[in-house]
Order: sequence, then C-alpha cells, then structure tokens
Amino acid sequence: MKRNKQEAREAGNEKKSQSGQVQYAFFFDSSACSACKSCVLACRDKNNWPAGVRWRRVYELSGGQWLRVGNNWVPDLIAYNLSLGCNHCEEPVCLKGCPSGAISKRPDGIVLIDRKKCLGCRYCEWSCPYGAPQYDVAGGRMTKCDMCYDLVDKGERPACVDACPMRALDFGPLDKLIEKYGQVRAIFPLPDEAMTRPSLIIKLHRTAAKAGAGDVTVSNREEV
Amino acid sequence: MIRTGCPSHNCGGRCLLRVYLKDGVITRIDGDDRPDTIEAPQLRPCPRGRAYRRRQYHPDRLRYPLKRTGRRGEGKFERISWDEALDLVASELSRVKEKYGNSALFVPYGTGSYNQINGRQTATRLLHLFGGCLGFYNSYSWACITPATLTVYGTTTTGNQRQDWLNSRYILMWSWNPAEMRDGTNSDYFVKLARERGAKVVCLDPRLTPSAIALADEWIPIRPGTDAAMMSALAYVMITENLYDADFIRTHSVGFDETQMPPGFEAEETYKDYILGRRDGVPKTPGWAENICGVPAETIARIAREYATTKPAMLYLGYGLQRRAYGEQVVRAACVLAALTGNIGVHGGWASGLGNQAPDGGPFWLVFPVGENPVKASIPSFLWTEAVIRGCEMGPEDGVVGVPKLDNNIKLLYVVASNCLINQHANVNRTAQILSDENLVEFIVVHEQFMTPTARFADVVLPACTQFETWGLEDGWKYGDEVILMPKILEPLPETKSDYAICAEVAKRLGFGEKYTEGRDEKQWVEWMLDVYRQTRFPDLPSLDELLEKNLGVWARPVTDPAVAFEDFRRDPEKYPLPTPSGKIEIFSARLHGLGKPAEIPAVPKYIQEWESPFGEEARKYPLQAIGHHYLARVHSTHHNNDWLREAFPQRVFINPVDAEERGIKTGQMVKVFNERGALILPCRVTLKIRPGVVAIPQGAWWEPDERGLDRGGNINVLTSERWSPYAFGNTQHTIMVQVEKYEEK
Repeated sequence: MKRNKQEAREAGNEKKSQSGQVQYAFFFDSSACSACKSCVLACRDKNNWPAGVRWRRVYELSGGQWLRVGNNWVPDLIAYNLSLGCNHCEEPVCLKGCPSGAISKRPDGIVLIDRKKCLGCRYCEWSCPYGAPQYDVAGGRMTKCDMCYDLVDKGERPACVDACPMRALDFGPLDKLIEKYGQVRAIFPLPDEAMTRPSLIIKLHRTAAKAGAGDVTVSNREEV
Repeated sequence: MIRTGCPSHNCGGRCLLRVYLKDGVITRIDGDDRPDTIEAPQLRPCPRGRAYRRRQYHPDRLRYPLKRTGRRGEGKFERISWDEALDLVASELSRVKEKYGNSALFVPYGTGSYNQINGRQTATRLLHLFGGCLGFYNSYSWACITPATLTVYGTTTTGNQRQDWLNSRYILMWSWNPAEMRDGTNSDYFVKLARERGAKVVCLDPRLTPSAIALADEWIPIRPGTDAAMMSALAYVMITENLYDADFIRTHSVGFDETQMPPGFEAEETYKDYILGRRDGVPKTPGWAENICGVPAETIARIAREYATTKPAMLYLGYGLQRRAYGEQVVRAACVLAALTGNIGVHGGWASGLGNQAPDGGPFWLVFPVGENPVKASIPSFLWTEAVIRGCEMGPEDGVVGVPKLDNNIKLLYVVASNCLINQHANVNRTAQILSDENLVEFIVVHEQFMTPTARFADVVLPACTQFETWGLEDGWKYGDEVILMPKILEPLPETKSDYAICAEVAKRLGFGEKYTEGRDEKQWVEWMLDVYRQTRFPDLPSLDELLEKNLGVWARPVTDPAVAFEDFRRDPEKYPLPTPSGKIEIFSARLHGLGKPAEIPAVPKYIQEWESPFGEEARKYPLQAIGHHYLARVHSTHHNNDWLREAFPQRVFINPVDAEERGIKTGQMVKVFNERGALILPCRVTLKIRPGVVAIPQGAWWEPDERGLDRGGNINVLTSERWSPYAFGNTQHTIMVQVEKYEEK
C-alpha cells in the first residue's frame, strides 16, 4: 500500500487535497437503495458522458425461487441493489497494469486517468474487478469516476453522494467511514476486499448475506 | 447558478434544482444544497429532474404553430403563423359556442404542467371567462380514493404530517411504492427513518417493488384486485381473536355491529355480519382469503395479529389498488382496519384513506385563479369519451353533477399539457377511433412542447415553452410545507409561449384580454400568488424580490411538532364530530345504502370479484393479469423521449419465470401482449420480482401503432378498458387480463 502511494506521488499528481494524507472513500447502504439511479443521472449530468459510458452504475441483484405451496406461489427471494462508481482502491490494480502510466493516485487516495497519457488499450478495463473504467469510444480513451475531485478540492462531496434521495451514499476519509459504518467492504458479487482494498464501506441488505451461496445474478445487465 | 423548482409534471414530488448557466445555456443541474434536517429535509431531485437538460434541449421540441393537413390523427401538419393559429382557435371557439352553447366546450384532465402559469388551468380560466365550459371532477390518479375516503371520514385530511411517521412501530405499505411514484418528495426517506427507529415494515404488492426492496422487512405478493379480501380476513382475525379496539369502535364509529347501526337501518347487514358471514354464509376467514389473494392463510393471520397488537401502526394505502374495478371497496376496507386497530388520532398511527396532511390538508396544488364556471354541468374526468359520443344522454347515472342531464355532446377540446386524449386514457384504439371522427369533436387545439400521441390528433398545435422558460410557482406534492419559486431562467425558443401567454392572446381575440390578464404578466401573477400563500398558509413567506435576491428557490416552514389527523375527534367525538352524516367513522354508510346498488356499492366495505379476473371465464383466453406501474423513466407520459432516462430505464414487460417458461420466453426477447382491445410488441424482462400470473408494463410510453395497428411504443393503454368504477366513476385501468406470447417479426 505504501509503495502504491509513493508511486502515485511520483506519477506527478495534480493538486494536493487540503486535508492531506487521507484515503477518501464511498459508503453505500444497500439496505436502503431502491435503484432509483439518481446517483447515476447526477454523475451523468455533471460529467456529460454519452450513452454507454457509465461512471456510476446501479446493479440489481436477484435470485432464489418461487415455491409452490398448496395452490399458492410463495417467494423465497434475494433481491437488493448495488450502486458502484470507482472504489479508488488502496491497491489499485488498474494503476499497476497501465502500460502508459496514465493512471495515478493522489495523496488523498483518488485514482485518476490522465487522458493525455492514455493509449486506449483498455488493460485497466480488464484488470478492474469492479467495472469502473469505462471506454469512451468517441474519444478513444479510457475514463472513469474521478470522485468529483474538483468538488472535493473545494470541500464539497461527489455529486452522486448528495443526489441520493434515500441518503444511502456517503463520502469521507476511509477511517472515518469505518468508524461510522463498520468494516464491510464487499457484497456479492464484488470480489474479496483483499484483492484491491477498495475504498468502499457497505451496509448490507437483509437478503445479501444469503447471496453468495445461490443463484443470484445481475438482473439488469443491459443497464450497467 | 440559480435555485429553482424542478419543472412539475405531477411526478409525485416537488424538488429543488440548482441550475448552472453559461451564456444562457444550462450546463449542469444539481440538487438541493440547503441543510438537510428532519424538520425541513432537502428536496432531492430524482433522475427525471437530473436528466432535464435532455428534455429542455431536445431536438424534437415544437418550434412553431401547426395546422393539420391530413386526416385527423394521421400526423400531417403545416407550419402557420401565430396570428393565423390564434385567429383560428378564437373563431372555432366562437363558432362552436354559437352553434351548440358553452357546454360543448371542454378542457380535459391532464397534468403535463403544474406550475400555475403553464398547464390546463390557464385554459380553464379562459373558457370560464368565455361563458363557461363543461366541467369535470375527480382525476385519473385518485378517482376512487378521494370519494371513498369521504364516505368514511367526511374529509380527505386523514394523514399525520410525515415527521410523525417516525413514531410508528409497524407500517403496512399496501400497494404503496413511494420509491417509484414518490408520493411527496422524501416519503420513502421518512419510511427509512421510521425503520431505523425500529418500525417493522411490511409491503403488500404484486411486484417486489423498489420500495419493497429498500424499505420493507417482508414482502407479501398479493394477487392484484384482491386486497379487499385480505383486508376482510384481517378483520376476521381481529374480531374472532378479540384483538380489535372495541372501546374506540363503540364510541367513534357507526355500523360495526348491530348495537350501533344508524337509526332506520337496524335491520341491515353490519360490517361484523359480513365478516363473520352471518348473512351470506361465507365467513371471511384467512382460509377463504387465501384462495382469492394467493397469500397463505397463516401469513394473513399473522399480519392481522401484528397489525392489531403492535402500537402505534400505520396502514398506508397506495393508489394503484384503487384504479381498479371496485377501487372504492379497498379504500373503505383499509379505513375500517385503521379504526379496528384504534390507530386513528394518535401519534405514529394512520387513519388510512387518502391521507392528505393535517392540520389543513397540505399543499394547494392550484393557486392561479380559474374563476367561476358559468356552466354548472360537470362530469367525472374519466368519462369524457362518453360525453363525446353520448353527452346528451348522460345524467346522474353517469356521474353528471350540477344539472339533471347534459345538454350537449363535447364538440371542442381545448387541451393543455395533457396526453389524456390518446396516450393516458384507457383503450387507445377506441379513443383514436372516436377522435378520428370529425363529426363528433369538431375542433381540437393542443398546447404542447412535443408531438405527443395526443398532439397528433390536434387540428391546431400551439408550441408551449418549457417551465424553465417562464415564471412559475409550486408547493409540495401532497406533503411538505414549502413554496418553491420557478424564476424564468431561459429565453423561450423564438416562437414558443407560455400556456398563460397563449390563452391571454386568445382572450384578447375574443374580446376579454384585459379581464383575463388583469394587467399581469407571468411574473406579476407569481407575485400575486405568493401573496395568496402569505395570507393563507405561510405569513412569513418572503417577498418575490427577497426570494430572487437571495437566490433561495424554496421557502420552507420546518415541522417541529407534526400534526396528527383526528386528534380532537379521538379525544372528544361529541365535541369534535367528523363531517359525516353521523358525525362518526362510517363503517356502514347510509348514503351508499341509499344508492340501492348493494352488489356493486355495498354499504359496508366488501370484496367483490372484478369484471376481468383470473377467476372469470375471460381467464381462459387471457390468463394473465396486467398492471401498469409508475416508472422512473417518465412522469406518466412526460419524458418518454428523454434518451438518458430511456437508457437507465428501458421500456419492457416484466414477467415471472414461471409464466415465461410456459411460453418459451427469455429475457430480452420481443413478445406480444394482447387482449380483445389491442396488442403491443415490446421486449420482455423475465424477473423474479413479480408474482406468477401477473405481468407489468410501465404506464406512459407513447403509442406508436404500426401499419397493422400493433403498438410498438409499449403503451399499456392499448389493452386497458374504458369501463369505470361503480361509485366514483373512476378509471379502472389496472383491471385487465391479457395473454403474452413470443413474437417474431414477419
């Protein structure tokens, strides 16, 4: 982790955050997410990406079955939602694998892609287990959630966070979010947190605990 | 950056936007940035507000007046000048008035614009000053719940302010889906807060809705149209297990049992008689209800015990369950359950029914003065096609009020911001046929921003500006103590005008321009309306100048001590009687009894099998129930053409794997959904999140018939029925049976 931060600094980063050496992170409350996609649209409006470039995505997970009980159908279902941008990982695999050195990590932990250096090879898209890097076909470059660092530098929060009608998103230094919300950093189908140490804290939906075992799938694939 | 109200289209919310402008062009739209407190929470916009730039700058915006050249509905138009268009509208109004009289003029229901200066009320004022027009009452949204609530309580102000929900211990969200239909900005958030404070939340809905996922501890997939059966069984358990609040029922209601029937009705069937099956021989047991609702009897019994014994508790009714065949019954049944459990007039309780907020009924909705209508005749909003075909035959049996009989058929439609002519009215193919006949309605004028399916049927289309391009004012949608200003932030497209300005021009041509405007432009009307608020609800409301100078956008009165409906009545029912004939909660309604139609309008709430039902003959041919839920891609039919929303929420039919497998259908495939009234072709999503036997097609997609008349737009109203509910004369668009099959292009 230490090495990565050093690398990031060496990669010649932009403005330093006023708060100095922190790792900024997102919090997501899966128990209260209705998949309304206000976060998705807020992101889109701020960043003006064309169709198909999705810096923030909402995955609808569902599984389980309908049981025939007497004459009736009774549900035994798992269903919850997952809103995901870039997790600005403590160990960003996208950064490690980028052949052109276009990806860097700021001292405040925000991971950025430098469009000028990006070759559009899409290695990061392959390596990221969260689907965060999004290819801009028109520009021939990779893009991804930049945690609204322009707003963060002004002391504001990322656009998606304040957009949530259910107040299911939060933002802040990782250690503060852990203090406030706990240690959970993965939810099915996200990979084990050890892989990249995502800067993401999650409150689980009541049905999410059962998700890993069964046949839970993303049911809105065409939307994410 | 300017703070302004999100353009209002009857979405179920009223939110605040921060609009960023550069050189007169919107570059970004963000949300409310005021402090976020429980007393005055932020009004955070949903995706539809967030995606508004795509509507504002849509290439399909109407840019000049149009006159029809082809057959009506064919969609052929030519560009004309404003002068020609306005002269034509004025002369047609005069011609029809002279030939038939004012009662042949009609401004139909529609909610495409709701900001006072844009919207149908501008035309209503115009026609009222012109000598009047046929009026309407009721809506497509709350057709049954409004009058049915009145039969029980005599008022629709049956709801506590939402901050009080935090006191509840148990919430039944019955067919209520605030995450998708909003039902007041922040309603879903308040349920979340109640849950965080320990309330158990149970959702009853045929769909595992976004609200059920995000807010509920349990989901009960009830069969559509059978809610009153389950409610009756809940009452059965409460009565037979003695779990109901007998004291409250005795002192505060009439008609529960034989000891408290209104004078003269002692021999009639009481509610308890019905529930115990004393007269019809059918006790309304959980076992009886199970076979109807498709909910296991033990679940029904458990919910009855939970609701009756967890105090205080709320049974919150959504509105989908009352846009049905006997939508009145379920509303009355829910109110009775609230009474049986004694949850009326208490903190954390809920009287059910419509639930407008205490103490004053909440927001005004309409402040712009439409004036008195000199024509006294009024029809139910849903029955306008009847009034086109056979108005002269219509009387009280068709819901006509104000006169014994109509003296005209509708001959001229003045349509503002409404897609109810075609798209949102039931049975599109029938409506299209009626409107195509130029001998029936002789002239149709439509104010619109886009060429909607309704606008295609116009004789003259007048291009309206957007709500960003004129002044406006909003208050909360059902809930909230706010006034939201909508300053004019953009110049209108060159040849577009506000609905108000258009009507003012027509008024001028008809000789009463000054009377119409009273010398005010849009901004001056906003100032006038702010005064109305100041004099009625909000004495501390700042002036327009102050609102503008400080760029406030919204003024809110924090709710620190939430009001509870019926608090006085609960304390002392003799001193504070309800505005009902008996002064009490009318479980038995003598007035309904007097209508003499016990099979369809019983005096106590009952379950009645719907006219299109899985239990009827029709199910052999059309075995699936179809419902048209609200969808975040649109506000009814508004935003249908917004590509950002389309991408986020594609139009499709949702079907359970059990039904899909039977038909060999897979996710993403094109399917045909049809019944005797019509057919549509659209992609399907096979989903676990709907009960077997039910399909859902989000309502509001624009009708796009192909050359064979098959709808390609995904409009559920090609399948819905124009039949109305027996007491409210309300739309019953969710009561339909359909078949689904795989579709391959020929």
